[in-house]
Amino acid sequence: MISGNFLAYAIAAPLVMAFVVNLVGRARPFLVAPLALLSLAVSSLCSLLLLARVLRDGTESYTMGGWQPPWGIELVVDPLSGLMLLLVAAIALIATWSAGASVRQEMEGREHVFFTLYLILVSGLLALTVTGDAFNLYVMLEITAITTYGLIAMGRERAALASFNYIIMGTIGACFYLLGVGYLYILTGSLNMADIGRILPELYGGAAVATAFAFMLVGMWVKMAFFPLHGWLPNAYTYAPSGTSVLIAPLMTKVSVYLMIRIMFTIFSPEYTFFQHAGVQHLIVWASALAIIIASSLALAQTEFKKMLTYIIVAEVGYMVGGVWLANEPGMTGAVLHIVNDALMTLCLFLVASAVVFRQGSCRFEDFRGLYRTMPLTMAAFTVGAFSMIGVPPTAGFFSKWYLILGGIEAGQWAYVAALVFSSLVNAVLFFRIIEIAFFNSEDGHGHGHHGTLARHEAPGALVQPLVLTAVALIVVGLASGALVDAVILPALQWLQ
Amino acid sequence: MEGLLDEIVAKYNYWIYVVLMMIGFYAMIGKRNLVKKLIGMNIFQTAIILFFVSTGVKRDAGLAIVDKQQALAGAIDVATVVNPLPHVLMLTAIVVGVSVTGVALAVMQRIHREHGTLEEDEILEKIGR
Amino acid sequence: MDFHPSIWPLAAVLISLLGALPIMLSARTPNLREGWTLIIAVGKFLIVASMLPSVLAGGGFVFTLAEVFPGVPIQLRVDPMGMFFALIASFLWIFTSLYSIGYMRALDEHGQTRYFASFAVAISATIGIAFAANLFTMYLFYEVLSLSTYPLVAHEQNAEARTSGRRYLSLILGTSIGLALPAMLVVYSLAGTLDFTTGGILAATGASPSTLALLLALFVFGFAKAGIMPFHAWLPAAMVAPTPVSSFLHGVAVVKAGVFSIIRVLVDIFGIDLLASLNLGAPLAYFVCITILAASLVALTQDNLKRRLAYSTVGQLSYMVLGVALLSASGVTGGVLHIAMHAFGKITLFFCAGAIYVASHKKYISQMDGLGRTMPITFGAFFLGAMSIIGLPPLGGFISKWYLVIGAVQADQLPILLVLLTSSLLNAAYFLPIVYRAFFAPPPPDAPVGIKEAPIFCLVPLVVTALCSLTLFFYPTIFLRLAQAAVLP
Repeated sequence: MISGNFLAYAIAAPLVMAFVVNLVGRARPFLVAPLALLSLAVSSLCSLLLLARVLRDGTESYTMGGWQPPWGIELVVDPLSGLMLLLVAAIALIATWSAGASVRQEMEGREHVFFTLYLILVSGLLALTVTGDAFNLYVMLEITAITTYGLIAMGRERAALASFNYIIMGTIGACFYLLGVGYLYILTGSLNMADIGRILPELYGGAAVATAFAFMLVGMWVKMAFFPLHGWLPNAYTYAPSGTSVLIAPLMTKVSVYLMIRIMFTIFSPEYTFFQHAGVQHLIVWASALAIIIASSLALAQTEFKKMLTYIIVAEVGYMVGGVWLANEPGMTGAVLHIVNDALMTLCLFLVASAVVFRQGSCRFEDFRGLYRTMPLTMAAFTVGAFSMIGVPPTAGFFSKWYLILGGIEAGQWAYVAALVFSSLVNAVLFFRIIEIAFFNSEDGHGHGHHGTLARHEAPGALVQPLVLTAVALIVVGLASGALVDAVILPALQWLQ
Repeated sequence: MEGLLDEIVAKYNYWIYVVLMMIGFYAMIGKRNLVKKLIGMNIFQTAIILFFVSTGVKRDAGLAIVDKQQALAGAIDVATVVNPLPHVLMLTAIVVGVSVTGVALAVMQRIHREHGTLEEDEILEKIGR
Repeated sequence: MDFHPSIWPLAAVLISLLGALPIMLSARTPNLREGWTLIIAVGKFLIVASMLPSVLAGGGFVFTLAEVFPGVPIQLRVDPMGMFFALIASFLWIFTSLYSIGYMRALDEHGQTRYFASFAVAISATIGIAFAANLFTMYLFYEVLSLSTYPLVAHEQNAEARTSGRRYLSLILGTSIGLALPAMLVVYSLAGTLDFTTGGILAATGASPSTLALLLALFVFGFAKAGIMPFHAWLPAAMVAPTPVSSFLHGVAVVKAGVFSIIRVLVDIFGIDLLASLNLGAPLAYFVCITILAASLVALTQDNLKRRLAYSTVGQLSYMVLGVALLSASGVTGGVLHIAMHAFGKITLFFCAGAIYVASHKKYISQMDGLGRTMPITFGAFFLGAMSIIGLPPLGGFISKWYLVIGAVQADQLPILLVLLTSSLLNAAYFLPIVYRAFFAPPPPDAPVGIKEAPIFCLVPLVVTALCSLTLFFYPTIFLRLAQAAVLP
């Protein structure tokens, strides 16, 4: 059908554009956002074509610079990484659509700097999803991290301090991972994930393998803010500029969860992960149940929308880690589907935050007062996103939660099931608190006099369009989740085993 | 006790890296001054670099610079050269470390400009007002 | 029974869902907006009614939207039971729309566009519940119904509406997510399907009796719209909504959706035979008897007319669950039939309450002395509605209660027979004094003289529904046949 090195184009487009934007943007700042959009559109298109081809023809592998694996760096596109590639590219595309407007408002004159970092970050994330080399993964991890540090520090108030804390924690996470890679290299003499995976089974009993596994996992948990290693995330994502948080909030944690899956199944194997050390699997599911419950409770204590969302993100990480560690098919399906759905709904809600900040200056709960009247489109999308977080059908969030709960039931992990239900209920409280504030538009609660006293004051089109698109996508993906699972996720899982 | 000492002496490079790493880790988590945290981070990274580099070393082995003709003829005993790969990897890791340090320093400058101090407690106090 | 693939079930659901759009777009021209509402209402009823003959003839229709989980599609299916509910809901919606127009305009309410749009979505969800072919599809529409009625309950946008809205959502959403959803997932993991099947799907799974009992409890409480105590408190709270909402949604659509869901689960997920073999029917029946009696007693103490009606509804809803829990053919028929009879009776009563409020701004029964002389038509209709709820001939309510009584006898449950009779007396005790006061108590000295009824838009619907209640006593055939077909395949 179609041939071509889509993978290289997909990753290179934002990378090249990062430098173009930096040069061109100094003189013509208005070109920055469109150029970034263009490159990401190319990426998305290539990823889409690539995924289609992989689903039809099977896994593709690329060797960089012609060095054959296991010596050279290999990029692997299987159904799962193809899906992640598309997800990253598409989310980045939608996020960029809105980032342009808020960046212009929040940091006039520095657009080219922002988007240079931004595009390198996207390029790093894209490479992370497809890399087949354990050390290369570390480098990409740090590339995304370093650019994220910069992007967060561009925010106001406490952003710089939050960014610094993130630097410390992020480095610890990455170094732990690197240590794990070191142990594996000593053991196997290889850095290629698939190659390690082939050699390792003979060594499974050893303590060094367990150490490596533990280091890599803990490193990833720090990166994905798995409770109780989540301390850095709320402040970093809250105080980041709107343009930054709409990109990193949906993607960073989700990509880390994906990388955890890679470590567990490609480098190690399901047999090792789940059965080598009795009780570990059980313990981690419990830990994720705890993560969900505590993070949800912490979210209840917040009075600022973005900060509340960050705690929800931490809880959602618990969903996915728990789902993966349930060690059965529904749990795994749910976790992978939730990576997609959670990315979409987090994007939707952070886009709402960015639209509200654009108009109201901040997004504390009281800033939502009367918004159903003044910003109806934003709030309609907010409602869809909120329902998805709560898990109301037919929005996407319901469907992955279904698989996760089903997995919990089949594995007999009732604590995890209870945690998921609890978190749904807490999310309902969280979001209806805001819906209520937005619906009742006056301070004292006497709404009767307000016949159109509040004029419509919607955020600019560049913020609203991607928002509405995402909201629609939430419902479409929800209704199509059966097809998505059949066509992409189940083949991806088969390939992992 | 005897066995432990032997163990330490035999694999002293690993023990050094562990000790260094712990020192760095303590500084990152325990210290309240941002500069000290950053120094801790550098020690932490350096410890890992040491670990990697030392894994490539072989007793009585030379540098991994070999004659091409000899290599093609298969006449090189790999025991006579150190494993260069970990060293090369660490070149990349050092670059990463330097970049992170650079970004951290820049962020610290911003913090200092905004809050006039690099003591975390004082900054939190100022923010919390 | 064979089901033909057809687009009509979907059309019946979608017409009002899509209809919400033109309603919202014509916000500036109220006449056009209300025109849309009426067109959609009549259209919806015609679509539903057009499917009636083939359902009565033993056929049915099915529409599959998408398979979302292995073995679980989003699927609509028209069977006698669903047709029964959909027919009532879509028929009464026409009159509610008329009544809404009169009520909202007479009171010059704010936010009317939102009101009519939410209403349209809610009726879509109701029909969706009626036609759902499996538990998942039903749950989907159940949640849509919960959420779309929130703006209606909180319509007044004052402090009271805020509190009530909170209670409404927390009880309804909380139970459905916290209890019904896990129960549904357990059923799915046991049976591998969620399709409503005659005879149930759980019998073949070999699940332990304690598991099944737990599931039953989760479902009965999880569908809190049925108002079974202790999860009934949302219904009196929801009375803060405008009266058309109370009359249609909280007299018919929402509460019956809850009962309907429970009945579906009892009949088509558990299966009557399974419940009988596990002896789960009697405990459930006795449990809902508590609600029947307690709600009637509380209703006696309420002075606010709408709240009294709400507590009456709570009690009557449990009649329907009770009927099915008797597990005898007459009991189930009576329970299902009571959905229809109560719907016509209660909507009449609520329409009257609203008409009284529109015409005289009176909410409390103690203020209604002698009001029957100024509003004879309204109170005449109220009397008919009350008679039907009490279960006196010649009104429809008598027929369903008759079946219930026979069912209780068939099931050899004499205590339940006693409960039914006591409750009927209590019903009379809380309804008839209202009528007596209105017609025979002396009016307060400052009362206006002469006839002063509510606007014609309010009056016509309540007269029609009252007459329907009367007619149903003489011609219950259609509903009876559907109810019987729902029980006996």
